[in-house]
Amino acid sequence: MRYIPNTDEDRREMLTAIGRSSISELFDDIPENVKALFQPLGQAGKSEMEVRTELEAISRKNEAGGAVSYLGAGIYDHYIPSVVSHITSRSEFYTAYTPYQPEISQGTLTAMFEFQTLVCELTGMEIANSSMYDGGTALAEAAMMAARVTRKRRLAVSGALFSHYRRVLDTYCWASGIEVVEIPARDGRCDFTQVPSDVGGVIVQSPNAFGVIEDLSGVKGDIGDALLIVAVNPVSLGILTPPGELGADIVTAEGQPFGLAATFGGPLLGMFATRKAYLRQMPGRLVGQTVDADGNVGYTMAAQTREQHIRRQKATSNICTNAQLCALTATVYMASLGGDGLRSLAELNLQKAHYLAEKLSDLPGCDLAFDEPFFNEFVLRVPSDPRAIRDGLREQGILVDDPERLERLGVSNALRFAVTEKRSKEELDRLADALGRML
Amino acid sequence: MRTIFDYRKRSGTGGILPKLDVPGKGSSDLLPSQLIRRSEPRIPNLSEPEVVRHYTALSKLNYGVDDGLYPLGSCTMKYNPKVNEDVARLAGFASIHPGTDPQLAQGSLAVMYDMSRLLRSITGMADVTLQPAAGAHGEVTGMFLIKRYFEARGEVDRTRILLPDSAHGTNPASAAAAGFSVTEIKSGPDGLVDLNELSGELDDTVAGVMLTVPNTLGIFEENIVKITAMVHAAGGLCYFDGANLNSFLGYARPGDMGADVFHFNLHKTMSAPHGGGGPGSGPVAVSEALVPFLPVPRVKRNGDSYELDWDQPQSIGSMHSFYGNFGVFLKAYAYILTLGDEGLRQVGENAVLNANYLQERLKKTYRLPYDRLCKHEFVLTGKGIADGISTLDIAKRLIDYGFHPPTIYFPLIVHEALMIEPTETESRETLDRFAEALEKIAHEAKEDPQLLHEAPHTAPTRRLDQTRAARNPILTYPFEAE
Amino acid sequence: MGYPANYRYTEDHEWIELDGNRAKVGITDHAQSELGDVVFVELPAVGTTLNKGDTLGTVESVKAVSDVFAPVSGKVVEVNSELESTPETINSDPHGKGWIAVIEASDPSEGDSLLDAAAYERLISEEE
Repeated sequence: MRYIPNTDEDRREMLTAIGRSSISELFDDIPENVKALFQPLGQAGKSEMEVRTELEAISRKNEAGGAVSYLGAGIYDHYIPSVVSHITSRSEFYTAYTPYQPEISQGTLTAMFEFQTLVCELTGMEIANSSMYDGGTALAEAAMMAARVTRKRRLAVSGALFSHYRRVLDTYCWASGIEVVEIPARDGRCDFTQVPSDVGGVIVQSPNAFGVIEDLSGVKGDIGDALLIVAVNPVSLGILTPPGELGADIVTAEGQPFGLAATFGGPLLGMFATRKAYLRQMPGRLVGQTVDADGNVGYTMAAQTREQHIRRQKATSNICTNAQLCALTATVYMASLGGDGLRSLAELNLQKAHYLAEKLSDLPGCDLAFDEPFFNEFVLRVPSDPRAIRDGLREQGILVDDPERLERLGVSNALRFAVTEKRSKEELDRLADALGRML
Repeated sequence: MRTIFDYRKRSGTGGILPKLDVPGKGSSDLLPSQLIRRSEPRIPNLSEPEVVRHYTALSKLNYGVDDGLYPLGSCTMKYNPKVNEDVARLAGFASIHPGTDPQLAQGSLAVMYDMSRLLRSITGMADVTLQPAAGAHGEVTGMFLIKRYFEARGEVDRTRILLPDSAHGTNPASAAAAGFSVTEIKSGPDGLVDLNELSGELDDTVAGVMLTVPNTLGIFEENIVKITAMVHAAGGLCYFDGANLNSFLGYARPGDMGADVFHFNLHKTMSAPHGGGGPGSGPVAVSEALVPFLPVPRVKRNGDSYELDWDQPQSIGSMHSFYGNFGVFLKAYAYILTLGDEGLRQVGENAVLNANYLQERLKKTYRLPYDRLCKHEFVLTGKGIADGISTLDIAKRLIDYGFHPPTIYFPLIVHEALMIEPTETESRETLDRFAEALEKIAHEAKEDPQLLHEAPHTAPTRRLDQTRAARNPILTYPFEAE
Repeated sequence: MGYPANYRYTEDHEWIELDGNRAKVGITDHAQSELGDVVFVELPAVGTTLNKGDTLGTVESVKAVSDVFAPVSGKVVEVNSELESTPETINSDPHGKGWIAVIEASDPSEGDSLLDAAAYERLISEEE
């Protein structure tokens, strides 16, 4: 086996050295009746070439591969600069473990520190952890934290949340005995006047599941001691007021847009930022600046006593692995674009989405579902069966979201479109033409 | 260390994204002014060569499996095959959006379906979910499943999880995340679960027991079948932490030992890289009784095609935004296809042989508190090597010899623990060099203790002041006031 | 470092100094040396009522967390808020300036069952 360096001779000598006569003796401590039940896969090994050929063939069965995508809802089709994969393919990064030995992990640790800083700069928050599994679990962890901080077992959740966020949130809240109260959406936005008074947190998403940018100004003042938790699209923060300036206590995000391929929804990147005052209550790994024995600046994991391996059942979360390589990806992505590039990126998304929205709403019977500000995603009301339209577009190599997802959020006869910098004018015009011909 | 924020603020930048090709409007025409950001994020604008050199320089401060032996106990830092990285980047997989109509994502669904089949077979269990994104995420998924199972049976008083003191560090926090309380079970002098202690705790308030097999001492629970039978007889369920699966691949299956829940760490056993701390993949296998509660969606086969099944009324819900870390379990899938039965067995055999070989040699120099046949790892103590020398000193000195240190100070039941897991991808020659280094260090500890206290000497940094980082946390770049 | 003869000690490595019904509580020199550099101390709120054995606070080092338990029942009447900014005082003067809180004991006789200095020193020498 090509991943095992020892030869038969090595094995013989090693067995002699440990006073055993056969390999199978090494498994004498496993009960015989367990070993007797063992059944193999019934599958022989394969050469590298065979494995690669087989997987290439399977990948070609993904017919969506060559299509022009308007899918969004948290995962977006952004351009990934070449620099990103060249850096993240360096095996010093990807074959390392969690940086428990800081003296030989400064590469990972420095990048984590940069990531925490970048997240804070974007969100306008004071501290950020070094990543979580995905946007959904980051939001669920935020909910748990709000319950911990306020000692209240009830949270209010916007009805305009992506359904995948809501599913994960509901699962974690059920298991922790936290009640979730939905705040209904009205005209495409969260109706904050409906927030109950006795909740420990208010969870809102902006831009929300309809693409609408929520107006958060004044919300924090109206919700008493409850924590304001805001889930954002990080790309939008190149141009939108950061939630930290609008009173948010916790900001979470799905970081996939920053240089990660969609890969059928994983691995992703959970971003989590909060106020310094909540440091000891926050989940996830943190890296801090310190000095070495010579007084030189270096980095190490910080505030570890919150974490599972030390505080055990009283830890702020059970999370230990984060999504470090994905956080590195996002860090390199942000460093490549720079502050100016992130602003241009947001601007391109905003402009192209509005161009398409205007073209589509000029079509007969079509109209924007909500007369509200949006960023790079919007909902279009259509005059005929949206499923038929979706299927028709698919035949022309154009992918749009399953309208059933909007129906579950209470919006029918509509389609959701996400537009990134990757969609050219020609593609946008082609979509408008194709849709026009179907009406 | 220099960060990107230490570079001058502006150099040759731009040019990655194209110019706007549609008629543009002022953003103030598109958005109300209060929504538009006024503060500039302090993110520098650097040229491409500066970015590349910065991160290349950082990478050289790291130590990865490709640099050398990485014997972290319980972490299974085996070699990460390169072909797996390549297949995970295939555009046909990488470009697929999770919201894609399943009919157009048949390739990805086929991988998920077949991967589940392989993992079912490796565990000998009834079904598998691929959703958990890491081992700890698998643990919490398993705990949620157990909670739902007892809710469905109306046995709401089962609120306790029993946990041997030799179990993994994450386990108590995972049990607590599902609202369970944790009762610790002491190990006997042989390092195994004390059956009397266990039976004394088993009653109708126990939801289950969380076992690490083999345990964190690297010892196989010889009474495993007895233990699971006792727990089942008391109405409880058995959770197996699968972080140490590498040690019995090809020889035994958790399902045959009585496991009800088993989580994989595909980034350990199945060679997906650790990435400096993720992303991982922690699929969970379950026994028949727990199948109805698995997370949604499930992948189902219908004739020649695959579909996503959301209709599982008893499900705990979703544990992940979508279907789990597809890109990671794809690497593990390629690995299992490569290995086949013969390869999987060889992995188990060589992992155990390497560990026993190293244990036998090192126990002559370092004290081995539990001296017996080990599986994939073993635990030494740094105690007694020399006065005033701690395990931390020994670990830091190993860095000077070009090795990553083992896991230290864990498990807690061994004072000054050094937990060593060589894995099957190390040669005898490397193991000998590592043993030699530890032997030299034991000698140095007596002759020149200062050399150890001040180690490492050759690493990119000297020993870092963790106390300072903890007392006065600086968690973001300290920008100078502008 | 010596263990003051006028203090009482617990098996959880805490000391109390009883003055009437005022019980001053801290962790022992042995406890601080086992923990290593103390980086954070979580203090109870003044006015909290505790039963003997309840968690009074926590003391954290870089890699360990140790609960501090109330050695006697009563009400917290004073806390050493100096420790919030200088937790290292617990390392440098555990039996003096490193005190954690004062409990107004509801039943000072609960202190009678605790160890005296000689018994405590025996306990830690056995643990070694």
